[in-house]
Amino acid sequence: MSHHIVSMQGVHFVYADGHPALNGVDFTIHHGEAVGIVGANGAGKSTLLLHLVGLLLATEGMVRVGDCPVTPKTLVEIRRHVGFVFQDPNDQLFMPTVAEDVAFGPLNQHLPEAEVDRRVKAALDCVGIAHLADRAPHRLSGGERRAAAIATVLALDPDILLLDEPSSALDPASRRRLIGWLSSFTHTRIIATHDLDLVLEVCPRTIVLQGGKVIADGVTEELLADRGLLEGAGLELPLRMQGWTPGR
Amino acid sequence: MTYLDRALSHVAALDDLARRETPLTRLDPRAKVIVTFAFLVTVASFGRHQVSQPLPLLVYLAAAMAFGDIPWRVVLARLAIASPFAILVGMWNPIFEAQLVQLGPWTIAAGWLSLVSILERFSLALMIVLLLLATTGMDAVAAALGRLGMPRVLVTQVLLLHRYGFVLGAEISRMMRAHLLRAAGRAPELSTARSMLGGLFLRSIARAERVHEAMLCRGFDGVVRRRSRMHLGARDALFVCGSTGFFALVRLVDLPRLLEPVFS
Amino acid sequence: MHMTDALISPVVGGLGWAAAIGLSAVASRRMRNDPAASRPALMGVLGAFVFAAQMVNFAIPGTGSSGHLGGGLLLAVILGPDAAFLAMTSVLTVQALLFADGGLLALGCNIVNMGLFTCYVAYPLVYRPLAGFSLSRKRLTAAAIAAAVAGLLMGAFAVVLETTSSGVAQLPFATFTLFMLPIHLGIGVVEGLVTAGVLLYVAKARPDLLQSASNTPGSSLRPLLLTLLAASVFVGGLLSWFASPHPDGLEWSAARAGDQQLAEPSDGLLARIQDKTALLPDYSLPATSGASEAPEESWPAPSVGTSLSGIVGAGLTLVLAAAAGLGIRMLRSRDKPGPSSQAS
Repeated sequence: MSHHIVSMQGVHFVYADGHPALNGVDFTIHHGEAVGIVGANGAGKSTLLLHLVGLLLATEGMVRVGDCPVTPKTLVEIRRHVGFVFQDPNDQLFMPTVAEDVAFGPLNQHLPEAEVDRRVKAALDCVGIAHLADRAPHRLSGGERRAAAIATVLALDPDILLLDEPSSALDPASRRRLIGWLSSFTHTRIIATHDLDLVLEVCPRTIVLQGGKVIADGVTEELLADRGLLEGAGLELPLRMQGWTPGR
Repeated sequence: MTYLDRALSHVAALDDLARRETPLTRLDPRAKVIVTFAFLVTVASFGRHQVSQPLPLLVYLAAAMAFGDIPWRVVLARLAIASPFAILVGMWNPIFEAQLVQLGPWTIAAGWLSLVSILERFSLALMIVLLLLATTGMDAVAAALGRLGMPRVLVTQVLLLHRYGFVLGAEISRMMRAHLLRAAGRAPELSTARSMLGGLFLRSIARAERVHEAMLCRGFDGVVRRRSRMHLGARDALFVCGSTGFFALVRLVDLPRLLEPVFS
Repeated sequence: MHMTDALISPVVGGLGWAAAIGLSAVASRRMRNDPAASRPALMGVLGAFVFAAQMVNFAIPGTGSSGHLGGGLLLAVILGPDAAFLAMTSVLTVQALLFADGGLLALGCNIVNMGLFTCYVAYPLVYRPLAGFSLSRKRLTAAAIAAAVAGLLMGAFAVVLETTSSGVAQLPFATFTLFMLPIHLGIGVVEGLVTAGVLLYVAKARPDLLQSASNTPGSSLRPLLLTLLAASVFVGGLLSWFASPHPDGLEWSAARAGDQQLAEPSDGLLARIQDKTALLPDYSLPATSGASEAPEESWPAPSVGTSLSGIVGAGLTLVLAAAAGLGIRMLRSRDKPGPSSQAS
């Protein structure tokens, strides 16, 4: 199975209470691409990501991850190759220590303990928190927690990384570190976020969502300089493009 | 500080104590759990008028607390807070156990002695458990209990409880503080309680669903697996044998009485 | 109310543990057979909710007293009896460990008192029949109050039984019962109201939670309940067998030593009740162990010398304890270069 392509074709999704969240989404993302998914609250960014890991199943249309359609039968296989970083790190750090959380995924893959230990060390080193291995999650700062959450996912050795609002609640230094990691990873990266400046730095390509539909899909620098497009979608120009002048 | 805040900081204090490097924290958690149970059984097995014989156990506790660098403050605070029920029930003993006995030059109701015994047992039992937690930590104790036979489901439960107890406790604490600020320090009333707890309950359920999804995304298949990290060594065996031997000695021989010749 | 180590005898504690272990095994096995019920995240987080919520006291208007949420019933409605029982077991375990709330020996009894009666008796036999699956405010509230009261009364009565059969506390059975039951009736009403309130709140936002399949147990509870009934009859018989022939420990050793100095309790009824309810507080009976000169009860020969030495010895022991503690600390701090602190 090739894990190189992530695609949605004509995907519709309606919540149990009747609320339509996705109204015909189409796109194709290739291996190694870094794509930003932007839109106002309620535009469907998180919902879209949840489809890519099979936590939600499309009511209409086709979702493919690595050329494998997302169905109840293929969930286990898909989740071996897709890592999802949740919006609230507390939700994915549920073991007593950071190291145990990072080991959770590899242990579920029935890997031998030596390999599990190797992966844990590698993942912790990748985000620079090896010294926090035995710390309890509730004693971490926001940035450390975000790093730990990413490490738990890296340990799975995925091909594709999905991140939901990764820079929210991070202080500037932590955010800068996050941008560094995301830029250095070679996985396919799909990032749903409000942080347009992060998208500018990390993602060459951007998909703009509004009302559950893709209204733009192209080169980041062009889309995010288009004030009309952004404001129509309930967004603003990235801060660095807003030309702030003192005393205004 | 509300009762809740005090409880949360007590738990955090125990966690902190357990994280340090002391001779006691280095012992295997299973050994410490076994010794704790042996201690408790010993305490409970004394007759209800034996007030002086259990006292050498206090020496053991004091020595253990010294070796483990445990401050008395933590223990005494907990003793004070937790004593009401034992006192409430035990205080009737002097009334209902009216047989008179001689104690030196005084004649008192036997019930006073059994009351003191109750308070004594209560203190000893509380201290040994706190000592266990302060030298081992909640998660290691849960793992030890799992190795000693507790079902895996329960071990996982205890771990998750410990983990999310803090998160939810902090949320409740914030809600209570907000309430106190608006209600001039009075405790919330029943109707307020319903919406506070109801809202928290809904959010908890939502959080539980997200945690479950996170588990699924990392390959969860129904069993929570952990790396095995416990080793039993000679030091642990010595600790268990020495401690249980001492408890047996205290139970069978009235040591304080042996000190009497020292005085005369 | 929690049963505590201070008032328990090893036998009663052991019986409680046996019951708790048995019930936990049954609950885990039933859950394994029902895959939909296996959601550690839900059990864990809701357990944490109960744990945290139990630390909050609410003022009851007009009475000046306070109440709080027990949680067993609430969990049973949302999770079903098996998961709820395991969740309550974990809450009680953590409380016993972290707060020394009750104690570890008494933990088994507490699990029975606060887990069994709410999840496996009050919920299926009182709440479910009364509430059905309706979401009507009146029915739900009535069912919740009835179930909460039932569960608490059973639990309170069990505490009385456990305490009196342990023989440490001397509160007579009848008095203790009269004291505990009315109080727990009140607590039960409050808990029922709070539980109903939370349930109604949840019903408005997430009615699916109250109607979900996990509420109806996969396998019928009847075999479990019948087993419990048989077990309680057996245990009750066992306890009374222990209680009747052996007199209260005090009178036993007094009788042995032929000592007539002890005054008879003025109220004959009290003596009879004490007779019936004292379970072996002593583990080694003087008759059987034979050997040790150490008195099981310090009353056989209440001479002035004997009793005084007990006091003196006690005092010296306390001094020794303090000295040991201080000495060891001083030695250790001399070895350490400075205060050790964990990097954080």
